[in-house]
Amino acid sequence: MAAPPFSVLAMLRFILTRVSLIIPTFIGITLLAFFLIRLVPGDPIETLAGERGIDPARHEQLRKEYGFDKPIIVQYGIYLARVLQGDLGKSMITQEPVLNEFSSLFPATIELALCAIIFALVLGLPAGIIAAIRRNSIFDHGVMGISLAGYSMPIFWWGLILILLFSVQFDLTPVSGRIDVLYYIEPITGFLLIDTLLSDEPEAFWSAVNHLILPTIVLGTVPLAVIARMTRSAMLEVLGEDYIRTAKAKGLSRFRIVALHALRNALIPVVTVIGLQIGVLFTGAILTETIFSWPGVGKWLIDAIFRRDYPVLQGGALLLGVVVMSVNLLVDLAYGLINPRIRHTR
Amino acid sequence: MKKSALFAAICVPAFLAAAPLAAKTLVYCSEGSPENFYPGINTTGTSFDVNEHIYDNIVDFERGGTQVVPGLAEKWDISADGTVYTFHIRKNAKFHSNKSFKPTRNVNADDIVFMIERQWKEDNPYFKVTSPNHSYFTDMGMPKLLKSVEKVDDYTVRITLNQPEAPFLANLAMQWAGVQSKEYADAMLKAGTPEKIDQDPIGSGPFTLVNYQKDAIVRFKAFPEYWGGKAKIDDLVFAITPDASVRWAKLQKGECHVMPYPNPADIEAIKKDPNVTLMEQAGLNVGYLAYQTTKKPFDDVRVRKAFNMAMNKKAIVDAVFLGSGVPATNPIPPSMWSFNKSIKDDEYNPEAAKKLLAEAGYPNGLETDLWAMPVQRPYNPNARRIAELMQADLAKIGVKAEIKSFEWGEYRKRAQAGEHQMAQLGWTGDNGDPDNFLHTLLGCASAQSNSGSNIAKWCYKPFDDLVTKAKVVTNQAERTKLYEEAQKIFKEQAPWFTVAHAVQLKPVRKEVVDFKLSPFGRHTFYGVDIKGK
Repeated sequence: MAAPPFSVLAMLRFILTRVSLIIPTFIGITLLAFFLIRLVPGDPIETLAGERGIDPARHEQLRKEYGFDKPIIVQYGIYLARVLQGDLGKSMITQEPVLNEFSSLFPATIELALCAIIFALVLGLPAGIIAAIRRNSIFDHGVMGISLAGYSMPIFWWGLILILLFSVQFDLTPVSGRIDVLYYIEPITGFLLIDTLLSDEPEAFWSAVNHLILPTIVLGTVPLAVIARMTRSAMLEVLGEDYIRTAKAKGLSRFRIVALHALRNALIPVVTVIGLQIGVLFTGAILTETIFSWPGVGKWLIDAIFRRDYPVLQGGALLLGVVVMSVNLLVDLAYGLINPRIRHTR
Repeated sequence: MKKSALFAAICVPAFLAAAPLAAKTLVYCSEGSPENFYPGINTTGTSFDVNEHIYDNIVDFERGGTQVVPGLAEKWDISADGTVYTFHIRKNAKFHSNKSFKPTRNVNADDIVFMIERQWKEDNPYFKVTSPNHSYFTDMGMPKLLKSVEKVDDYTVRITLNQPEAPFLANLAMQWAGVQSKEYADAMLKAGTPEKIDQDPIGSGPFTLVNYQKDAIVRFKAFPEYWGGKAKIDDLVFAITPDASVRWAKLQKGECHVMPYPNPADIEAIKKDPNVTLMEQAGLNVGYLAYQTTKKPFDDVRVRKAFNMAMNKKAIVDAVFLGSGVPATNPIPPSMWSFNKSIKDDEYNPEAAKKLLAEAGYPNGLETDLWAMPVQRPYNPNARRIAELMQADLAKIGVKAEIKSFEWGEYRKRAQAGEHQMAQLGWTGDNGDPDNFLHTLLGCASAQSNSGSNIAKWCYKPFDDLVTKAKVVTNQAERTKLYEEAQKIFKEQAPWFTVAHAVQLKPVRKEVVDFKLSPFGRHTFYGVDIKGK
């Protein structure tokens, strides 16, 4: 049935409600990022001092310079005011603005996360669909078994095993990094797959692709498992519906039934899961980036925790939070698009 | 249209392709990113490894050693009273250049004066640029020590000290004293972008920085006009690889030539690899257990001696260091000059220990605490495990030790305040001078301060007299004698149970020629060559 014109309004209302929810979430993230790191014992000045320690007078002077001498609520107020003006502060370690560091590292994370999610979709969707159609077959059990294993796999271990096998033993892929050290690619977009094509060294593109293979597999494994399982159960549910039986009775081909009628409806929960997996991808990226020496934001945040680099942690958590929120918003909108019932029910 | 542009982008460069990278490229799998390119505010070895290739110092440490040798200064004179240092700067040291700056002159006295004043004088326009926190300059006591720094003429600098300080030359060879270009600094200040000198560095060292991508790569090129002669390799690449096992995988595959800090679990495999040499050297460090000598029961030397005899050092080192440590006898490591070889360690003898403890008035043993750092340190891979082994040994002589730990910053602060009875800690040397261990860690001045490094709070006049005297004598033979004597007293008085000196292990591929281990744990590639290319 064609949607009546007022559904545009409903859609707008839906978007506005979702967007307005971002504000409290945003403040929540700043609060969490700000206070959680301060609950961890040890201040950045002490942490940097090492065995040598630091003279108390000098410690006091440095605390003052960084503004740590003010009451914590005041510090938070100052921080929030600066954030609202777009100033996330400077890293205490490198003295670089947090936003600069984030924007130079984030494309690497995005590139890896996108490849991982594509990998997970390309394998996970068909695997889930076939497993559902051939329920209880060997294929079904195989897919479910493997995906359970994939879901439970410790990422660090999995990464090292793949390196030992494919890089060291069989010499098929490079061990780590984003591209062979012989190439220098001027960052234009920050996405190496694009920048290498724009550069004057086309072979660099293949080097970049080669370097992406293992990290993509490692980071994509958990989402792959989740997507395969989710697709299978959603398909099974849909395949039992009355309209599928009707379609069958009408004598539609099996392909039409699955591809047009079942899949479209089964995708709704799957899209939600994909949205949720974005957050999981960023978490997984922390480990994956460390193993594969991938210069992204995950590794950057881990270092910041160890060094108590408050501005980086606060800024990084905030920016990542904004990204995850935006992705979830998009997913919600997409959800509205594929499921008209959501649009109508405000 | 778009397609053809893409096609052109792929094909045209085949003709325009830049010349392939020069033949000799050495790849070093470094463990992390440098903080920035201003050594004056750097605190990590990771940053020093990078900056030491870019900048020169007035004086240097010899490659692979702790002796001070000429750097930008060809020679120097020290006044008889040891307070005036006159440096004669070489005239042929050239600065690098980059996109925004071409030097018009060679290194001269202005640059040396700028290096010191930037860290010293708060009214220097560069004092606060990038960061005002010049940690090492302050920690090495420079603000108190320096009286004046003057340019005598273009190639002569005179530094006057408030009192004689024998380790001063060694201090100047440390990375914090890397020399930046004053001319570049002035130009950038004028352009309104002073912080650029710390981001696009210009030094006079053997390599120029080509580019740096955070957490990915640092790329250098040999500087052809380097005063010491061009490096034997043409390109130097730091491939930043944080995980130790991955570094090892890269080394095996030949993706890098040298790697630092191998995973102890990989050592066996590394030793077996025919393409790799595992270099090793006891580092400039010591791990120890300090007795709080101003508190009961450790104010009694007999108790300290008894404890020293009760703990099985060899077993502890074997179990925890797994071949990457040697048992320590003296507070300074064997690779340091003035190390006293004639000193015998306290023997492991629980029976004798028990007797001595009874003599000191504790026939039924005693109760004490035993602190263990919560973190892994270069001189101690697992303080908690060591504490457990010590606890078990001490139980055999009737001592009940309770293991305690705090967050790392808190731990150090409390230990420096002397809140413990027994605490583990350690030290990594800065300048290769025994003063940096014996005076800094065991002298009275740092025992009396609440933030000093003498956590045994041990202030013993005969010892302190020796190490204080050795600070002002500039004759090295004489200093050696004083330090040897001081180590004897240390052993008799036993303020510490010396645990171990950690050994640095460095897997290096066989095609690398003449790589030398630095006692400071630095990784320097000037003078290193690659075979077969």
